[in-house]
Amino acid sequence: MLYDKPIYRLMADRAILVELGDEISPSINDRVRELFISLDKQEIAGVTDLIPSYRSLLLIYDPLQISSAELENQVNNAHQHMDAAHIPSPKTVEIPVVYGDDKGPDLEWVAAYHKISPQEVIRIHSQHTYQVYMIGFTSGFPYLGEVPEALSTPRRATPRTHVPKGSVAIAQRQTGIYPVQTPGGWHIIGWTPVTLFDPQAEPPSLLEMGDRVRFHAITVKEMENWQP
Amino acid sequence: MAAVECIEILSPGLQTTVQDLGRFGFGRYGVAPSGALDPFALRIGNLLVDNLENQACLETTLLGLRIKALTDVLIAVTGANLQPQVDKRPFEMWCTHILNKGEILSFMGPSSGCRSYIALGGGIDIPPVMGSKSTSLPSGFGGLEGKALEAGAILFSESPQAKLLATQRKFEPKWIPVYPNKWIVRVIWGPQDDDFTEQGRQSFLKSSYEVSSESDRTGIRLVGPLIHRKTDIPESIISEGQISGNIQVPGDGKPIIILGETVSGGYRKIATVISADLPLLGQIRPGDEIHFKAISLDEANQALRKMESRIQRFKESCI
Repeated sequence: MLYDKPIYRLMADRAILVELGDEISPSINDRVRELFISLDKQEIAGVTDLIPSYRSLLLIYDPLQISSAELENQVNNAHQHMDAAHIPSPKTVEIPVVYGDDKGPDLEWVAAYHKISPQEVIRIHSQHTYQVYMIGFTSGFPYLGEVPEALSTPRRATPRTHVPKGSVAIAQRQTGIYPVQTPGGWHIIGWTPVTLFDPQAEPPSLLEMGDRVRFHAITVKEMENWQP
Repeated sequence: MAAVECIEILSPGLQTTVQDLGRFGFGRYGVAPSGALDPFALRIGNLLVDNLENQACLETTLLGLRIKALTDVLIAVTGANLQPQVDKRPFEMWCTHILNKGEILSFMGPSSGCRSYIALGGGIDIPPVMGSKSTSLPSGFGGLEGKALEAGAILFSESPQAKLLATQRKFEPKWIPVYPNKWIVRVIWGPQDDDFTEQGRQSFLKSSYEVSSESDRTGIRLVGPLIHRKTDIPESIISEGQISGNIQVPGDGKPIIILGETVSGGYRKIATVISADLPLLGQIRPGDEIHFKAISLDEANQALRKMESRIQRFKESCI
């Protein structure tokens, strides 16, 4: 449910969490994106970072430059006068994926868990358009939702210590792509040759909060010939 | 001006990284701040060698770092007392020195605190990534090739010779922070303190928590009385942005103080460390005890202004 008014939660003397709703939903996330973009444009003096997520926006500020009360005021103003017409539409990004085998070592397990074929897992996973609810966990990691109920899968009992960069994975009703090699507990069903995160690029992340993502299956040969 | 070879790492010790005050404005891309865990010590170190406050320094943990000067270099060591020595002679901290070409600076081990900062005149010549030279260990960028320093690494500096003219500077001894083994860390409740039982909140304030050996640059894990959440609410929350100093309590009831290597998380946060006490978090080491003290926003603002005015006064004395 979208709240009538935002809930403000302070993080000590240097951040305000602006909560807009109480659940994971595309429309609440859209509202977060609108508030994020309009506040970002305002370039409020003293605000050092903005972190949008599923249903809230975190504003980190320098308390020597602006007080929490003043900042809350400005956020409230922006929220009341928000005009979605001035917010650019999110972009849609196609992500090619090699599903299964050594690139997606958990595909068979996920299929067996749902008592369907691996081909059916691929079909369901790649026919849906996902929303980037937030970028977090590591640099450039997109939390994509929502995976259709038919593929909702609990996390692995034992997380892997090394998940290769480019792995496409699912956990519960979320899917994501590992932009750098990290430990991880999601089920890896495929791999993409697309670079998600490049610290030297501007912006460093291919995806931004609010973007839409579609996966499509490619063969190993297509992967080998793939060019950015 | 051309950068010159300045320092060679003979041994990196437990962990040595390049850090400045951190990377800000990229949280939307999942990019965490990283940066010096004791920003106070880093800022003073830089001022001692006539650098800008936010220049990159070496941050070294507990023991074992050995560095060799490849040219005469202006240098200052601040933060934890890891018993620095040059040729078996103690090396005075919190003041400027010239480390002569060929001399070796070694860190023997902690007598107080956890992390020392080594500031070099002219800074460290590496390209900033997203506006900062800080090393992001989890994502592998920044600093020197995105990694902790290894033996044989050579650091360049923008002409350290030109800075040798700086007069000797010393940070006033009465202002040098004391790093105890029993800490009082000031916090403000929230953002999710209401989700914990009254008993849980009392445990958090009244108990002492021991720092686990599993602590690192990502977080300080604590061992002590469990903090229980209210019974009718789930273990985790919908992931949201978080900051260094948030004290999160996962389902097992054991608190963790989050440090600056992550931008989001899905656990409830009972309290958040005030800005003025953030530098302490870099100096707490495994085995230490922590007591939390809840204060008001006004008190937190006052504490920060007091710390900043000290730095400001020192800065003015440097001119």
